[in-house]
Amino acid sequence: MINSLGAPQSLAVLGGTSEIALAIAEKLAGGRTRRILLAGRDQLSLAGAQTHLLSMGSTLVETYHLDAAATSTHDALVADLFAGGDVDVVLLAFGVLGNQAEAEANPDRAVEVASVNYVGAVSLALRVTNRLKEQGHGTLVVLSSVAGERARASNFIYGSTKAGLDAFAQGLGDTLQGSGVNVIIVRPGFVRTKMTHGLPDAPMATTAEAVADAVVNALRTGRGIVWVPGQLRVVMSGLRHLPRPLFRRLKI
Amino acid sequence: MFELVAGWGRTAPSTAEVTRPTTPEGVAELVTSAGERGVLARGLGRSYGDPAQNAGGQLIDLTEFAQLLSFDAQQGIVTVQAGMSIETLLSIVVPAGWFIPVTPGTARVTLGGAAAADVHGKNHHRDGSLARHVNSLQLVLADGSISVVTPDSDPELFWGTMGGMGLTGVILAVTLQLIPITTPAMSVDTERAGGLDELVSLLVSAEQRHRYSVAWIDCLASGRRAGRGIVTSGEHAGAAELASARAKETPRYAPRERATAPTWVPPGLLNRGTITAFNEAWFRAARPQHGALHSISSFFHPLDAVAGWNRLYGPRGFLQYQCVVPDETTVRAVLARISGAKVPSFLAVLKRFGPATPGPLSFPRNGWTLAFDIPAATDGLDRVLDQLDELVAESHGSVYLAKDSRMRPELLATFYPQLPAWHALRDRIDPNRTFRSDQSRRLSL
Repeated sequence: MINSLGAPQSLAVLGGTSEIALAIAEKLAGGRTRRILLAGRDQLSLAGAQTHLLSMGSTLVETYHLDAAATSTHDALVADLFAGGDVDVVLLAFGVLGNQAEAEANPDRAVEVASVNYVGAVSLALRVTNRLKEQGHGTLVVLSSVAGERARASNFIYGSTKAGLDAFAQGLGDTLQGSGVNVIIVRPGFVRTKMTHGLPDAPMATTAEAVADAVVNALRTGRGIVWVPGQLRVVMSGLRHLPRPLFRRLKI
Repeated sequence: MFELVAGWGRTAPSTAEVTRPTTPEGVAELVTSAGERGVLARGLGRSYGDPAQNAGGQLIDLTEFAQLLSFDAQQGIVTVQAGMSIETLLSIVVPAGWFIPVTPGTARVTLGGAAAADVHGKNHHRDGSLARHVNSLQLVLADGSISVVTPDSDPELFWGTMGGMGLTGVILAVTLQLIPITTPAMSVDTERAGGLDELVSLLVSAEQRHRYSVAWIDCLASGRRAGRGIVTSGEHAGAAELASARAKETPRYAPRERATAPTWVPPGLLNRGTITAFNEAWFRAARPQHGALHSISSFFHPLDAVAGWNRLYGPRGFLQYQCVVPDETTVRAVLARISGAKVPSFLAVLKRFGPATPGPLSFPRNGWTLAFDIPAATDGLDRVLDQLDELVAESHGSVYLAKDSRMRPELLATFYPQLPAWHALRDRIDPNRTFRSDQSRRLSL
């Protein structure tokens, strides 16, 4: 159960090798979270994360195989995740950035990005929140991105998947009002991780650590939408309303 | 119907299927047909945290199960259905010259809930907790059977239920031995103490003179004034006192709501600043008095005058931390930690406890109890309270389950050393864990 100060006892991570997700899991493991379930694609990295989280004080860390694009496997995965008891917080953290230029040339690549980031996320988020509704409580944390706030020419394929996911998560959160299940949408800016390694820093770049702090804080305060860093909310609100001819000329 | 249910502190709500049976058979049927997420009785929802929630399971709301079953006005023995509130009970028995032997700080609790939490009052140092005054309980057990339990018929079950947080069965009825009173008025002394030493000595002397005593502490005061507060103590007033006071009207038990808290208040209305100001004003406003006449409601249940006062804490809600520690040194350490961290609390109470009852999960035991209401939005509160837990555990004290919403599960067995005996009782009477609550899940109770 999540306690009165927003500290969960169990956590499931979908995308258990994501650096941001692990930073969040690590923070929670330092508090009340004793049971952590990691679902991801790369079993070797998952095993490494498992060892690390066990050393942080978790008493139980289990790993599961996740193939986000293979939606037919999702029922079984979600059933497994909930088989061992209540899951207080589920973190939907998987996603691929893709290579925009390559994807434009080879549409199959673009479809892959969309299948993982949007289709896979929709499939898992709905299955997860149905289970959370059955247990009468729980929080789904969705890692969105500022890239979805306004699609940029240089990154619109990824950005559009996050735009779709973000809109989906907002609607999902609204339908779950009063059900005991909460949805938190996290919109980080440019996060320096292995996913973005080699890319030049965007303005207001942040770290996985900062995103983790913001998520732990949102669990405590019940805030439904979290920007990291917080100033991005204002910046993106400005950018969203910028006329297109002007927006196109911005070097972002 | 599925409803979102929260405790009094409104902190971690969850959804449960709520039903309102009106017959014992109806309750028994709900218990035997409970699904894998279990079933739990709920009263007026005055537990601060999650003890009266059952996420994804069944909640039996007993507030419509509130009949007077019998009242022997000669012996002062009353049997009521568990959903009756103390307020209703008092309105029946006070005019007949009787009073409930133990009342918590609100009369808006059900007798079933009061038994499940084994509540205490301002007279604990003399009269013990509610369990001491309960002759028998009627219980629906996990198998759907209805039985009457007394301290002699099945001691483990009786003492395990008094304080058992509703996890041994559904309490259907409570039989109580009342105490006689000659008037429905209270004779009250009020004293002001400039610091903790004075407060402690005033409280110790007050409790020798009076049946009821309690101290309010300004826990934001620091330095020389640390631990300053107000001691209130009193007795049920006799006829002579009432006559000499030349009261304009004959007093009677008439609880009144003087105000209703608004349904929405801005987040953070009660914060460090407003609470510091309130505490200063409250301390200054207390006039030393001797033998002043007060009503039962204003002496025992002052906050009941403001309906829905819990909403004043805003959408983030609040929690109460209540611990008992054996000695004054630990009281001092706990207070120092609270005021050092500038944890804002306008409802901070200090009181001395007498001996414990045999209940494995009953909270009161010899020593001092401290209780603080704290806004849940207070920064760093989780760490401060975890540190207090450590302090309390080291001193062999305890933390009250009826107020708990965040205790570290690992410490439960330290706070309740007889926990294995209580688990053995659960294994005997409810091996499948039919009775469950969010708290029982959180603490593996």
